[in-house]
Amino acid sequence: MDYFAQQLINGIVLGSIYGLIAIGYTMVYGIVGMINFAHGDIFMIGGFIALISFLLLVSLGLTAVPVILLIVLLVSMAITALYGWTIERIAYRPLRHSFRLAPMLSAIGMSFVLINYSQIAQGARVKPVPPIITGGYTLHEGSEGFVVRLSNVQIIVVVATIVLLAIFTWLVSRTRLGRDMRACEQDQTMAALLGVDVDRTISMTFVIGAALAAVAGMMYLLYYGLVDFFMGFVAGIKAFTAAVLGGIGSLPGAMLGGLLIGLIETLWSAYFSVEYKDVAAFSILIIVLIFLPTGLLGRPEVEKV
Amino acid sequence: MTAPVPGPTKLSRAPGVAFIFKKALISALVALVLFSLMIGIRTEAGPTGQLIYWTRFDDLAAMVATVFGGSIVVELLRQWWGPVGTIRIVPPAAQNGLVVARRAIAPVLLIFTFLVPVIFYDQRYILDLGILVLTYVMLGWGLNVVVGLAGLLDLGYVAFYAVGAYSYALLSTNFGLSFWVCLPLAGILAAFWGVLLGFPVLRLRGDYLAIVTLAFGEIIRLVIINWQSLTGGPNGVSGIPRPTFFGIPLTPGDNGLAARLGIEFSPTHRIVFLFYLILALALLTNWVTIRLRRLPIGRAWEALREDEVACRALGINTTTTKLTAFATGAMFGGFAGAFFATRQGFISPESFTFQESALVLAIVVLGGMGSQLGVALAALTMIGGFELFRGFDQYRMLVFGVAMVLLMIWRPRGLIGHRAPTVFLERSQAISSELTSEGRG
Repeated sequence: MDYFAQQLINGIVLGSIYGLIAIGYTMVYGIVGMINFAHGDIFMIGGFIALISFLLLVSLGLTAVPVILLIVLLVSMAITALYGWTIERIAYRPLRHSFRLAPMLSAIGMSFVLINYSQIAQGARVKPVPPIITGGYTLHEGSEGFVVRLSNVQIIVVVATIVLLAIFTWLVSRTRLGRDMRACEQDQTMAALLGVDVDRTISMTFVIGAALAAVAGMMYLLYYGLVDFFMGFVAGIKAFTAAVLGGIGSLPGAMLGGLLIGLIETLWSAYFSVEYKDVAAFSILIIVLIFLPTGLLGRPEVEKV
Repeated sequence: MTAPVPGPTKLSRAPGVAFIFKKALISALVALVLFSLMIGIRTEAGPTGQLIYWTRFDDLAAMVATVFGGSIVVELLRQWWGPVGTIRIVPPAAQNGLVVARRAIAPVLLIFTFLVPVIFYDQRYILDLGILVLTYVMLGWGLNVVVGLAGLLDLGYVAFYAVGAYSYALLSTNFGLSFWVCLPLAGILAAFWGVLLGFPVLRLRGDYLAIVTLAFGEIIRLVIINWQSLTGGPNGVSGIPRPTFFGIPLTPGDNGLAARLGIEFSPTHRIVFLFYLILALALLTNWVTIRLRRLPIGRAWEALREDEVACRALGINTTTTKLTAFATGAMFGGFAGAFFATRQGFISPESFTFQESALVLAIVVLGGMGSQLGVALAALTMIGGFELFRGFDQYRMLVFGVAMVLLMIWRPRGLIGHRAPTVFLERSQAISSELTSEGRG
């Protein structure tokens, strides 16, 4: 039971990270109707920028951990958001009215660019960081000496996710930008006729998605203490699985899907085999798409001629 | 920079120097922020495991300057070329010449390919490169059935390549079966996996299908890595038997082909044999595809690609149509895999990554999705281009990615071929890309 509780905690933390990435997929899919294949690599870039800015701040002599974390968070969100904006501008916007597969293929190309760019710029080796946040709480001490622990990092990841989600939900439901986004999701032509700047709205969608992915990248760095140039690929597919599981286009669905994928992956590793945890996640993607193509919270897609 | 600065009339079509300069400045500024941390600072795990860093501001400055200059050049080119859509300035005489050249290029290329081992008999490097190119031509033609003809975006094609390679490797090393027995078996097994993948994804369309096939490819690779007792895991399978000339080994021994023919043995014989083997396999793929295109099933594939809903309305069984496309494409992938295994003599999961799928897909897209000649030329260009970048190994995939993005922007319908259906109504119409976006094409 204790073991299960511990895995539950780990799964929720991992799921929060997946959920943050999944929101980027689901938003872009909802509005532009394409799978932003490079989004997983945006997450990786976010992790790298967090790592570098953290290193710089420490070497500049800053010691107050909360200040460092806040600055790192803001810097990585800002720069990664600019990456999202640039990529949309260069690789996706010219293809908006091209044929069906063009944006997808362009996104695959962009993903290769980002992976190899970071490999060339920062080297192929895994970058470890010493644990930045230490300590934690012991929740329960089992009879066989097994301890259920909740570390401070885990608390920070979950709290940051919840706060960001609250801000994000407010943004989508209460602001002008959010209204424009929802309008574009329903009908871009109509939205444009009613005075919504569609190009700008789509750009902002990519910016917000990239910023959330940057947070996920930073959380990953804090939680696992390492980044490498290839981590975006698998994380991206899993986050996409989460978005599909929750129902693509649905924002709460993305978070729910992320949590479920995180839990499934953790529990699978704990009770079955670590080697096949990715196989489990990918199989879930296939199974969900067969039996539940609209996901848990998605709307059924009407087939138009 | 002698162009006059435009006056207050902002409506003039050609923006002046100030506009270009401003645009380039903004691009440079964006580049500065983007590259500031990623390129300006280099991190590395130090000797004690502690992270260290050093600055590279000269590289950063160079990159930003490149972006600034590049932005000016791009803007100037854009003005020089004028608005997009006013192409077709080729004079009719030249167009006729192009038509003749287009018709002649396939036979000329084929004859040249047949003669390659004769001309370059002594140049092992060129023969090896030729075999590599032909392998990708075959893979491209195989994937072309799925992507180009049936319009099903398959990002996991490498899975079938892997199934074919491992089928031959395991059957021959464990049971001693010969290449010529395993080749059909590898094709059948790969086709079987194609159907297995095809069943669940029948209802999916477009992007969803792409992601599921990608996941499938990754599952196959992960299973190969982790099922160590069968596949040897990351160490792969080694000692895979070399192919025989229909039972006669190509070895220096007494029963070898050279001894039986009474000629002197040379290791080049095997290379030449492999060259013609893959050429025959590739041509088989091509021939089958061309024949299938004329059968009802081929017509159904093309109809499916153009409009699935209309297809169903016409009573075409989309289930069997999709499954046969998957199975046919997978079978050719399996053949190519078996060939790859026997050529290398060693296979490991590293050869079957997503990059490989993307490369084959890029070849099909570059070739124009559906055009057989286009795919062949694209494979030649792509693999040849990769060889040119051999010295800059780490930049290879970067250039590949950039090329893929630019290609999609510039010519989303492919560089060489076209994908018009084989049959159409009396008057053929050029379908613009706008019409096909929402399933109307």
